Amino acid sequence: MTTSFAELLGDEEPADEGDARRRRFSRLRSGLTSSRKALGRGLTGWRYDPDDLEAWEGLEDVLIAADCGVPPTKEIIDRLEAQRPKTNEDVMVALSATITDIASPAGEPHLDVSHKPAVFLIVGVNGAGKTTSIGKLSYRIAESGRSVLVAAADTYRAAAGEQLEVWAQRAGADFVGSTRGGDPGAVAFDAIDAAVARDHDVVLVDTAGRLHTQADLMEELLKVRRVITTKLEGAPHETLLVIDATTGQNGLRQAELFQEVVEASGVILTKLDGTAKGGVVLAIGQELELPVKLVGVGEGVEDLQPFDAQEFAEALLGSDEE
Amino acid sequence: MFDTLSGRLQGVLGGLRGRGRLSEEDLTKALREIRLALLEADVNFKVVKDFIAAVKERALGTDVLKSLTPGEQVVKIVHEELTGVLGGGSSALAFAGRPPTVVLLCGLQGSGKTTAAAKLALHLRKDGRSPAVAACDLARPAAIDQLEQLGRQIQIPVYSERGSSDAPRVAAQAIEQARSQGRDVLIVDTAGRLHVDDELMDELVDVRKAVKPHNVLLVIDAMTGQDAVNVATTFQERIEFDGVIITKLDGDARGGAALSVKTVTGAPIKFGSDGEKLDALEVFHPERMASRILGMGDVLTLIEKAEDAVEVDEQEEMEKRLRAGQLTFDDFLKSYRMMRKMGPLKNVVNMIPGLGKQLQGLDVDERELGRMEAIILSMTSDERQRPQVINGARRGRIARGSGTSVQQVNQLLNARKQMQKMMKQMNSGKTPNLQSLVAQQRRGG
Repeated sequence: MTTSFAELLGDEEPADEGDARRRRFSRLRSGLTSSRKALGRGLTGWRYDPDDLEAWEGLEDVLIAADCGVPPTKEIIDRLEAQRPKTNEDVMVALSATITDIASPAGEPHLDVSHKPAVFLIVGVNGAGKTTSIGKLSYRIAESGRSVLVAAADTYRAAAGEQLEVWAQRAGADFVGSTRGGDPGAVAFDAIDAAVARDHDVVLVDTAGRLHTQADLMEELLKVRRVITTKLEGAPHETLLVIDATTGQNGLRQAELFQEVVEASGVILTKLDGTAKGGVVLAIGQELELPVKLVGVGEGVEDLQPFDAQEFAEALLGSDEE
Repeated sequence: MFDTLSGRLQGVLGGLRGRGRLSEEDLTKALREIRLALLEADVNFKVVKDFIAAVKERALGTDVLKSLTPGEQVVKIVHEELTGVLGGGSSALAFAGRPPTVVLLCGLQGSGKTTAAAKLALHLRKDGRSPAVAACDLARPAAIDQLEQLGRQIQIPVYSERGSSDAPRVAAQAIEQARSQGRDVLIVDTAGRLHVDDELMDELVDVRKAVKPHNVLLVIDAMTGQDAVNVATTFQERIEFDGVIITKLDGDARGGAALSVKTVTGAPIKFGSDGEKLDALEVFHPERMASRILGMGDVLTLIEKAEDAVEVDEQEEMEKRLRAGQLTFDDFLKSYRMMRKMGPLKNVVNMIPGLGKQLQGLDVDERELGRMEAIILSMTSDERQRPQVINGARRGRIARGSGTSVQQVNQLLNARKQMQKMMKQMNSGKTPNLQSLVAQQRRGG
């Protein structure tokens, strides 16, 4: 069951959604095709034999090659062994079920927009795709009939504000800018003020990319979060960690630290349209129970989708038609 | 840098070291551990297979296991193989006989091309060149602004053409501009693109044709997982890059990308970037990096950094005094400032053999160092030269003057004493035990 964007936001689904859904479905599929092909290739010619160590190792290699990481791979194989599947078919079904189970620890993804304004804080390492994701997200949320304000609290990277402003214009969103080197907390503060004054529904706060290992920058991020909480009780309502699908096992560390320091509530997995499989979300789901909420599957504004674990698993294993 | 991998490998190899006998079984067990360590470090699984096979073959093939120090022999083999995996080949750029030399940067979105362009420009200028940068990322909003702002920051010209969507043309014109302005190196920044995006890869091929670069560098994020190999292979097939810049080494990246890319493409890693500041770009030395990963330290880089940071005669003079076992607070201040110039303390620590591991998990608080400077600056010059004159009253005055507490002043006085003791130990050839030193300081000793 694929979640639509409307469902992600907790809205009633419009009647004509069926068509849009099919379009989106095929878009996600085409986005994931390269991933699927790579993994599918990995398992082509693979013959399942419960007593053949090499067959199991072959499967292990495929999961490792998808960045699933050693512990989740072991977990998946263990669960599979316990089920004693009989045929290749059985294995595929069981694999897909296991992956789905691990990838969505919290069930169907959901974004909390029930507050007014709902404040989302977007965080992540450098180059993960925060600004672009915010651009797309503001567009999608605006599409749902809500008014959006984006705040450029990345005051570090050169021209980050300009980049975000271009996106805001595309999405028809309100924009609160900043000066380079300014205080990101102050930008967030002003943005919430502006959102309340101008009656906006959702505030998206962009932040500077920072490596999770830089204690001082993580501290700064915590400060931004505190400013938001002080300004508006209960906010931020979502703290979304943006992770690049090409990231390896380091992604787990990123999630761990961002969850610990700023209480990340979910993941946006970007750049799934390459050959990267984003298997690291399995490690994140298994270890931290941090759900993936959105995936980026292309360059266009439409290419930000609600995460669907079943689709993800199937696409990953290439177990559908083809 | 690469701490996780480093820690695990050191654990496995530490168990082998110093053993008089090593059975084939021991070796197989150790290799299995190494395999897991490498896989968890995101080294491509095929590369891991080959690596383990190579080590095993060498370890079994020669008389390693029968030698008197089999453990050390195995460590040596792992070190050599690791060096092989990481590099070999020259890390120098090719310079054109007739300038400008053109360096084309390419890579995925978010790998750090634009920042790397600015860092490389600054690096080249330090080497006595006069670089310029061409802004040919015409896809990402505000990419030109970003590069122009960086260019202003480091005062290096940035050539751009707003509103154009013809990257090859912009690049070609930038070369003309560089030539007419007497710039001898032109770095061409390009838009990030997925290796599976044929249209954009075609554009990159066109840019390559238009500028005929002397160097094509693939910029890759150190945190990339197994996919690094796919990315590198495709870019290699389409664009034929001849070197790699590996970025974001300052995170706790496990180094898999660095270890894999060279193996599958044969192109050496030429530069590594390990910080947000624009001067955080280093020439990549595979042998040294292998040493760092195996906890053998990287004394060569440390010495180079130190040489950069201090004047030669100053250095000699200080060394003389240190050898004599004298350590005044002036020396303290000088060495402290020298250290600051060498970059974040954490990076420096990892280059000293054995030290990174000893101090693992210890947070080096840079602010505490700032406090130390304040305390020393609140001393009279006599007090700095002859610390023994600092009595209770003086301590109180120094604490007030530096905005610290008497206890903190005491800590520093003790640290100097310990350091002096350490210097004497070093002179007598012993490696100081830093952990006990740190523990002593922690106790406020």
